[in-house]
Amino acid sequence: MINPGHGRGPDSGTTAGGSNFDPFPANLRVLVVDDDPTCLMILERMLRTCLYRVTRCNRAEIALSLLRKNKNGFDIVISDVHMPDMDGFKLLEHVGLEMDLPVIMMSADDSKSVVLKGVTHGAVDYLIKPVRIEALKNIWQHVVRKKRNDWNVSEHSGGSIEDTGGDRDRQQQQREDADNNSSSINEGNWRSSRKRKEEEVDEQGDDKEDTSSLKKPRVVWSVELHQQFVAAVNQLGVDKAVPKKILEMMNVPGLTRENVASHLQKYRIYLRRLGGVSQHQGNMNHSFMTGQDQSFGHLSSLNGFDLAVAGQLPAQSLAQFQAAGLGRPTLTKPGLSVSPLVDQRTIFNFENPKIRFGDGQGPMMNNGNKQMNLLHGVPTGMEPKQFAGSHMRVQQQMTGVRPGQNVQSSGMMLPVADQLPRGGPSMLPSLGQQPILSSSASRRSDLTGAVAVRNSIPETNSRVLPTTHSVFNNFPSDLPRNSFPLKSAPGISVPVSASYQEEVNSSDAKGGSSAATAATAGFGNPSYDIFNDFPQHQQHNNNISNKLNDWDLRNMGLAFSSNQDAAAATAAFSSSSSTQRKRWETDATVVAEHGQNIQPPSRNLNHLNHVYMDGGSVRVKSERVAETMTCPPANTLFEEQYNQEDLMSAFLKQEGIPPVDNEFDFDGYSIDNIPV
Amino acid sequence: MQREVALIKQSLFDQGYLDEQFMELEELQDDANPNFVEEVSALYFKDSARLINNIDQALERGTFDFNRLDSYMHQFKGSSTSIGASKVKAECTTFREYCRAGNAEGCLRTFQQLKKEHSTLRKKLEHYFQLARQAGPKETARRPK
Repeated sequence: MINPGHGRGPDSGTTAGGSNFDPFPANLRVLVVDDDPTCLMILERMLRTCLYRVTRCNRAEIALSLLRKNKNGFDIVISDVHMPDMDGFKLLEHVGLEMDLPVIMMSADDSKSVVLKGVTHGAVDYLIKPVRIEALKNIWQHVVRKKRNDWNVSEHSGGSIEDTGGDRDRQQQQREDADNNSSSINEGNWRSSRKRKEEEVDEQGDDKEDTSSLKKPRVVWSVELHQQFVAAVNQLGVDKAVPKKILEMMNVPGLTRENVASHLQKYRIYLRRLGGVSQHQGNMNHSFMTGQDQSFGHLSSLNGFDLAVAGQLPAQSLAQFQAAGLGRPTLTKPGLSVSPLVDQRTIFNFENPKIRFGDGQGPMMNNGNKQMNLLHGVPTGMEPKQFAGSHMRVQQQMTGVRPGQNVQSSGMMLPVADQLPRGGPSMLPSLGQQPILSSSASRRSDLTGAVAVRNSIPETNSRVLPTTHSVFNNFPSDLPRNSFPLKSAPGISVPVSASYQEEVNSSDAKGGSSAATAATAGFGNPSYDIFNDFPQHQQHNNNISNKLNDWDLRNMGLAFSSNQDAAAATAAFSSSSSTQRKRWETDATVVAEHGQNIQPPSRNLNHLNHVYMDGGSVRVKSERVAETMTCPPANTLFEEQYNQEDLMSAFLKQEGIPPVDNEFDFDGYSIDNIPV
Repeated sequence: MQREVALIKQSLFDQGYLDEQFMELEELQDDANPNFVEEVSALYFKDSARLINNIDQALERGTFDFNRLDSYMHQFKGSSTSIGASKVKAECTTFREYCRAGNAEGCLRTFQQLKKEHSTLRKKLEHYFQLARQAGPKETARRPK
């Protein structure tokens, strides 16, 4: 029966025992999901012929629960696109975020738009039905590739990284071919990884083995870090950004390629989501944008973040954001010391009711906290689960929050909006963040001053994220000024804020500058002061702080606990702009909390929302513009699952969106004036 | 007997009832799974009968919810493609086009045609498998020509 001429398999050989190629691809544990029983049966048969271990199910929910129960029970997932109970892309997102497994999509639909959707949602491949066995024979390459990425990224790999790095790149190329040319390399890796995975002790004792399996440092994607990430992605081009290059560009010590790879995946998903949610965000942003809330623009962007939080971090969108954000170096001041924000964050703890931006510090702090969570959620690639759990780390003390994460989110946000001053986004997470921020913060310099600010922020809560949110909000066309600075600001916060503000002001976006300053101010208690000091800036601050405040409030009350809080937050948000922010905080609000926004939170929120939407964020901006500082949209964003990851992503997006410069323009922004 | 079986199969291909995909399925058949193709066919017809029923009901309602009809048809097309039922697949495509155009009349007509093709294929395959079983398992695995 096996027709040699059939050309099946790499060696057109018999599947019997996979004798043609290395046996190691055998026993790959595949989960195949399809509601069509005929297809399911055929696929199962084919996969078994390839000597894979197949589990099949006809409903996505069952598949998800199977995956959740056996976290390490599968190597790869193949799923149909059209399923009655859950959209295949949604399943794809879940798997990518929660389990971080490679997912292959398939469908009888071969229209480009659907295939593209698969790509943007993070699928490692897309098969058109009828699926032929040849296509299935090589799916192991996706598993190997992923493993390699992980290895390479792992710090511990040391030498092995280099080796694998090269291989990996090679693999990536080869991936296209689906040929076995690279199989030798892949095989090697695969074997190692398999060994690791299977916990079988092979005599190989590949160094990779140890490193990859054992130590995977957890990276907290702080706002700063994220901003750097986004900046790098944007520079490379969202579609062309590969973890290795991103890693090089980011130049963050201690960051592994694996971290970047998984973060990239989430970012991509986030971006994708933003595109869808943009409408909601638009509202949010809108309100921000309109008025002074340039800084708030961030917030809106944060909303977008929500989208992102939902688990999609479309890398592309984020990258866009980042690019946007990056564009504005003005806003972020690397010099900004993030630390001040951090302090604030702690102070603010979510419990602080003072969301008002007037307080500056209070709200910001919250933001920081929230952000932290948000960041946490952001898939640093290390532990998606963490995110889920710590999703709302924000609630935990600020310190607990992983500042690093915030940064990331902010980073993401940046690209979203050109307008958002990049500084903003990065700002947020850094505040409270943990050490990671510091390192990433330094890197951020390219992101924007804001980002840099992050670096300085000591781990403390300053999770810049909150600020970043605001930064993003600024993205909306109106806000261009802001948000970015905010982002970075948080971390950098306060001390710099003064200077930052100046910088911000310089940026075109008024809102942005304020946002930026706000961010800075927000981040640490000092930042608030700064804002207050600059009456003109206050507006910005307000924007930023508002955004942040909202988030703070939200976070505080909401306890990020992941979506639920988010929902709650969102609800709260609608009530006030600050609330909007809050919501974000749940996800990305943390960023917003910077407190920069002290002022009209609503505005910022809107921005933020936009930002995240990735595609949406851009759109959002326009929407936001229309809205003038009404925060309502923010709410919508929050309704999305507020996974930290989403927040982060959303947050990041936001940051990216509005040009930072706007945000930090504190001129003329007085806290009182912030039009909401 | 085996030759007869082979001829029948060949004619199915020649007449366009089946396409390459069917051959793929046959290749999956081996000693461990000697009746794989027949099993898949049986499954297909059972599942598609259900789909046809749903579509029938939807059409009878007269409301012509094109989106829903299109969705049904997408599923139908997917399974038909997987077993290589090319004529049925072609009718599915036509039906979907009518759906997109909002052409109710076209949908109805096409659907009648589709049911006919489906039923014809089913009979032919049943006959084919029956003969194949009588002729011996090896025959089915052979690719025509």
